[in-house]
Parts: sequence; structure tokens; C-alpha cells
Amino acid sequence: MEQQEIIPHLFRTEYRKIVSVLCRHFGFAQIEIAEDLASDTFVTAAQTWGIKGLPPNPTAWLYNVAKNKAKNYLQRNAVFENKISAEIQRISSELYETAIDLSPQNINDSQLQMMFAICHPAISAEAQIGLSLRILCGFGIEEIADAFLTNKETINKRLFRAKEKLREQNIRIELPGEAEIDARLAPVLTTIYLLFNEGYYSESRNKTLSRDLCLEAMRLCTMLVENRQTNKPTVNALLSLMCFHASRFEARINKNGEQVLYDEQDTSLWDPELISKGAYFLHCAASGTELSKYHLEATIAYWRTQKADTTEKWESVLHLYDRLLQIEYSPIAALNRTYVLSKVEGKQSAIIEAEKLNLTGNHFYFTLLGELYTGIDDKQAKLYFQKALSLAKTATDKQTIQKKIDTF
Amino acid sequence: MKEYMLIFRHEDAGKIVSPEQMQLWMQQTMDWLGSIAAKGKFEGKGNGLIFDDSKVVHHNKMVTNGPFGEIKETLGGYVIVKAESADEAAEFAKGCPVLQGEGNNVEVRRLAKDDGVH
Repeated sequence: MEQQEIIPHLFRTEYRKIVSVLCRHFGFAQIEIAEDLASDTFVTAAQTWGIKGLPPNPTAWLYNVAKNKAKNYLQRNAVFENKISAEIQRISSELYETAIDLSPQNINDSQLQMMFAICHPAISAEAQIGLSLRILCGFGIEEIADAFLTNKETINKRLFRAKEKLREQNIRIELPGEAEIDARLAPVLTTIYLLFNEGYYSESRNKTLSRDLCLEAMRLCTMLVENRQTNKPTVNALLSLMCFHASRFEARINKNGEQVLYDEQDTSLWDPELISKGAYFLHCAASGTELSKYHLEATIAYWRTQKADTTEKWESVLHLYDRLLQIEYSPIAALNRTYVLSKVEGKQSAIIEAEKLNLTGNHFYFTLLGELYTGIDDKQAKLYFQKALSLAKTATDKQTIQKKIDTF
Repeated sequence: MKEYMLIFRHEDAGKIVSPEQMQLWMQQTMDWLGSIAAKGKFEGKGNGLIFDDSKVVHHNKMVTNGPFGEIKETLGGYVIVKAESADEAAEFAKGCPVLQGEGNNVEVRRLAKDDGVH
């Protein structure tokens, strides 16, 4: 570890652990206190380490200081609130000492429980992602604002309201029971999935930040896989999906920060380790009877790691899209299916299908039509791309479409 | 050569800062001490002062936890440097990153030694 990044690094890995453990101890009612104590711990570290140099075990040092800060806070609070006698103070301080448990097991449990508490259906998906980034991933408010392309005030307000809501609803920080775990896992997985997408399709210019979002999503999912109670096939499927996508990190953005289309990617930049990890988790996901959308998407993602155009590939992918659309319709999946259809049955029949979709407000729809008409009726194709350009909102999309138009 | 203690006083230690900012402070402190050490003027006895679990013993021997909220300034830490004069020590102090915080200051105090005078 290079010393020049030790604090941000430790902040990223340890802040959330300290917050989770303290919060579990204090309850949601005092989540801000837990966050303050954790931040304060890092300020103390920066001040002390600057003068003394790094301690031999910085993590243990942080835990110790956090524990002391929590203990002092509780003590002081007890004095203020109750003005209790010195004797009771002494006893309660011993009590607190044993209660704040920063052992690896408890850190892990607390984080998992926190994940379920934050991904509670009581708050909006956007707020869930924001809170996850803050509390489970240790992101700064500024980074979260950057990731959502908004300002700090908006994020602060959003997080504040979400915490209020969790308090009002008296959400407990605990793992759901065996019986409800599947139902409660669903929103947790959705949040992780959105968190990953937020990074993968990020409009933020900050490439490192976007990638961090993806890695954090994968880390959270890994925690679920590592826990016996939450190691379910759907969780493995989601992790597999993210591994496959993440394997193309290096290839999909060029040196200028521009997106490189799949067909133009340098496959030697694909990460073989992540691809084989993806395959491993997909294999683990194959147990059980449930076939979730994550299973289907992971399998599609697997085929995307095979660049060769084989009949087998496109027929399998078409089949997968068909089933995916049956489980959960989305315009993007419908458009992708039509693209795949053109690979299996040719452009003519795909055009007929595409025109039935009639997704006229969607620039991807016109991009697809442009793509399908290319080589059949270039004049028409160009018109569709121009229509797509007029509907595209993000700079990346506009750039990609403009490139297409320029080829005519 | 005399020894001087540079004492860091913080006005408000409770501000929320980003980890990158903390890292910068720490790095600056290390660099600053490094530059003093490079001149052979660092005594090497510095330390940060941990705020937690601290006590104040009052004149009637009453012990309280703290100081919490009772004082506006807190001591953040100290280092000991070697210098020919208080002015030279003050020159060192000018480079202290603590001074970037408004309201913070560094106090320069000579250590008493067994030189027959102090």
C-alpha cells in the first residue's frame, strides 16, 4: 500500500465497518452519531499519524480509537441525560466496553444486517443506492453527487430524508428470518444491480469513480455469497453477471474516456480472470429451481464474452431474451432481442419485428432501426440515425450515433 | 542548540473533511517534519494527543472527563525541534500544516534544560 493513499484507502474499507457496527449498537435512531464518530476517528488518525508515522497495524488502531470514541460518547451522554451516580457510570462503562465488538465476525454480520436495513422497500431505490454508497461503501457526499450528476445539497437532502424514513418506520438492523429471506433479498439485489449499472453506464467523466461503483456492487454481492444464509442461486447469478460485464472494463473506454462499442473492442483487453470467475458463479447459480432474470442476464453476458459469431451463440441468446422478456418486460431487452433476431433470422424479419415495437420516444429504438436498415436501405438508415441523434440525451450516446451517421 | 516545543492548537477539530483532505494533511505534516529532520533539527519526540478518554483534574482534585465542549481550543499535538533561537523555531513553525486551518495556531516554547540557568 502506498502511503500517499493510505487514509482514503482505509476510509473506503473501514469507515463502513465502523459505522455498521456502531449503528447496530446504537440503533438507526442515532445513525448520524455513528457516522460522526467514524469520521472523527479518521481525523484523529490523520493528525496523529502525520506526526508519529503510521502505526504497525493501522486498522487495529482505528478500531481502538473508534471504540474509545463510542465509549466516551455513551458515557458523556449518560451523564448529560441522567446525571447518574459515579458508581453506575463505572458499571455502565464496563458494559459498553464489552458491547462494542469490532471482531471480523461482528463486522461482517453488522454490514450484512445494515445492507438489509438500507435496502428496505420503505425508501426509494434512489435513496437506497445513495445510502448504500454512503454507509456501505464509504463514499463521500461529493462523490455520490458526482455519480448521480447532481449537487451535494440534493444528495444531503435525499440521504437525510431516507434516514428519517428508516427511523420513522422503526426499521431494525437485523438479518431477516429464514422464511422471509428470499423476499427481502430481492430489493437488496436490485440495489446492488442498480449500483453496478450506475457505474457501468455512468455519464460521470470520472472513470475511476465509475469503476469503483461497479467494484463496490461486486463486493457487496460477494458478502452475500460468503454468508451461508444469503448464499442463494440468484445472488450467485447476479455476481456472475457483474463479473462478465466487469471483464470488459479496460476495453470499453478508450484513452480519451470515450466509449468503445462492443464490436470495436480489443478482446486482448478483456480480463480472463473475471470471465472465469463469472463462469464459476454462474455454475454455482445453477443449483435450485428458480430461474431469475439475473440467471438469464448472466447467461447472455456469458455469450457476450464469446466474440465469435456462431449460430449456436445467437440462437441461445435469442432464446434467453425471449425468456427474459417473459419474466420482466423492458424496452431495452425488447430492442436487444430484435437485434439478436437479425443475427438469427436476418435483417428483413428483424425489421418487421422492430417496427411492431413502436418505441418512438426511445433513441435506442431508432438506433436499432438505423442499424437494421444499414446495407438494405442506407438512405432510410441515415434518417433513423438522425432521428436517434435528436432524441439522445447523453454526450456519449450522441457521440456514438454521430459516428454512425458519419459512416454514410 | 536549544530545544523548542511546537504546540499545535486547533480551534475546531470537529469539521467534516474528506479522506483525501485528511490524507493531504497527514502527508503535509510528514513532509514538513521531514524538511526539519533534513536539516538535522528534528528532536523526534513528537506525538499527537488523543482526545478520547481524556481527563481534566481540577484544582480541588476533582476529575472530570474531558475537556469536552468546555474549551474552545484544543491541543492537537506537539513536536520538539532543535533551533538556535526562538525565531528560528518560529520559522519552522510557519511551515506547519495546522496553520492552514483558520483560528489554529502553533505555540513555540523553549524546553527547560539542566544548563544551570533553566
